[in-house]
Amino acid sequence: MDINVNKIANLSRIRLTQSEADELAPQLSSIMGYIDKLSEVNTGGVPPTAHPHDVPMPQRADIVTNIDRRDALQESAPRTESGLYVVPKVIE
Amino acid sequence: MPFSSLSEIKTRLDAGQTTAVDVAKLYLDRIQAFNENLNAFVHIDPEHVLAQAQASDLYRAKHTPRPLEGLPIAIKDIFCTQDGPTRCCSKILDGFEAPYDAHVITLLKEAGAVLVGKTNMDEFAMGSSNETSAFGSVQNPWNTDCIPGGSSGGSAAAVAAALTPAALGTDTGGSIRQPASLTGLVGLKPTYGRVSRRGIIAFASSLDQAGPMTRTVKDTAMITSVLSSHDSGDSTSVVDAPDFNWLKACENRDMKGLRIGKPKEYFIDGMHDEVRARIEESLKICTSLGAEIVDISLPHTEYAVAAYYVIASSEASTNLSRYDAVRFGHRCENPEDLEDMYARSRDEGFGAEVKRRILTGAFALSSGYYDAYYLKAQQVRTLISQDFKTAFEKVDIIATPTSPIPAFKSGEKTDDPLTMYLSDIFTIAANLAGLPGLSQPCGFADNLPVGLQWIAPAWQEDKILSAASAYEEATDWHTKSPAGFGGNL
Repeated sequence: MDINVNKIANLSRIRLTQSEADELAPQLSSIMGYIDKLSEVNTGGVPPTAHPHDVPMPQRADIVTNIDRRDALQESAPRTESGLYVVPKVIE
Repeated sequence: MPFSSLSEIKTRLDAGQTTAVDVAKLYLDRIQAFNENLNAFVHIDPEHVLAQAQASDLYRAKHTPRPLEGLPIAIKDIFCTQDGPTRCCSKILDGFEAPYDAHVITLLKEAGAVLVGKTNMDEFAMGSSNETSAFGSVQNPWNTDCIPGGSSGGSAAAVAAALTPAALGTDTGGSIRQPASLTGLVGLKPTYGRVSRRGIIAFASSLDQAGPMTRTVKDTAMITSVLSSHDSGDSTSVVDAPDFNWLKACENRDMKGLRIGKPKEYFIDGMHDEVRARIEESLKICTSLGAEIVDISLPHTEYAVAAYYVIASSEASTNLSRYDAVRFGHRCENPEDLEDMYARSRDEGFGAEVKRRILTGAFALSSGYYDAYYLKAQQVRTLISQDFKTAFEKVDIIATPTSPIPAFKSGEKTDDPLTMYLSDIFTIAANLAGLPGLSQPCGFADNLPVGLQWIAPAWQEDKILSAASAYEEATDWHTKSPAGFGGNL
């Protein structure tokens, strides 16, 4: 199978070097080629699995239970200022 | 002492023959002596370990000991733990310190356990040999030229070499059972939804489960009984999950009348002859204990790996989109703009296997391919679950090899990702169907451990514990330990 690696890498927001892309292309083709085995299976009328068990999703009361931990949560951020995340300029 | 089971150590602690501090010191000394060779731990803070042990001894002096009082347990680097790094063995989490404990870590602490450090693993748990770790590969204590399995390879090597009596792992496609098998340990993947996933770094959310890796079946029961509980902080943690007395289940060792299913699809061409022989011998032992072996078929088994790689990679590509260099994790130098920051940071931070999985998943989910891959895989998943349901109308439990081969040589399969993926061929179906699976040692092939896998219907880990305990009582494979690390074989 022919996979446009650069397109998929762009969708994934990963900037591959050309040598990485060249190495990945045949690997992905081989993996997808193996996965194409799935087309042998007759799945007509078979519902897709949404959850491994047939159980309802649990619900809880719609009330705030978490406490404000902004500073602790931002400690691992690459860059913050006044409690905000700092990123490169988006709007000129 | 170092190769004692968790329950043996508990007995000695309860009898006052040793203290949590002495136990912690024993294992810290062994980590100091052997970890450089094995690379099983990626983070150790001896002072923090001793402080926990001291606190446990103090607690014991004044109160009734808690279920895991003073017992050392190593933690795979995928679990968020406060007081130290949590990196999932990825460069992208370099410098990350979790602001909270995973729910299961809280449960272990509340049960009195002493957490002994973070163990090596495949990056983001993507791998079957522990060779994709950003911190280097892990050696198998039974033969240091070989891999310990993956992705919980550091946890496996640490317990097998008695650097800790037990460890926590996670299992998305076999990452507890396969390394347990390859290092001669007991490892349990509980039923999906039994153990909270909150604070466990997500790989494939519909498949991930945490569980223990130990020397004995009883030790696995001791730990899982603590982990098994509903967590309102995890929407897939099942409310009112059927529960039972985990230790009692291990005492019920009667195999009389037990119908053990032997699926023909798990005894395939290409599997190691000695692995096949060990499993056949194990089933004979079960017969001699009164069990009945029933030939069964799980006809969609051959599609499990393909379905798994679509589902797991798709979920991974979604889950790993959170590594955006904004809120945590690695950020590239001097980004030109936001797009450049995302794309370069992710290229620099993720290793080759993680990129492969993200790209595979993004492709499977991309416009025009969704029906052919993701939807199709989830339909095949339904058929795989139905195979098990049909089989469990005829049998109580299923027995298979855990891995078709024993541990292989380091570097042997790294060039061909697809061959590596096929090493999980016998463990993946239980994840797809959400079923509990346990691997236990059942002999050796080429002087390397072989694992026997038990699979039960959802929520019936008690059946697995009973069968595995009966087998363990009738054999002595669980008492073997690697001579190179002071063991007996």
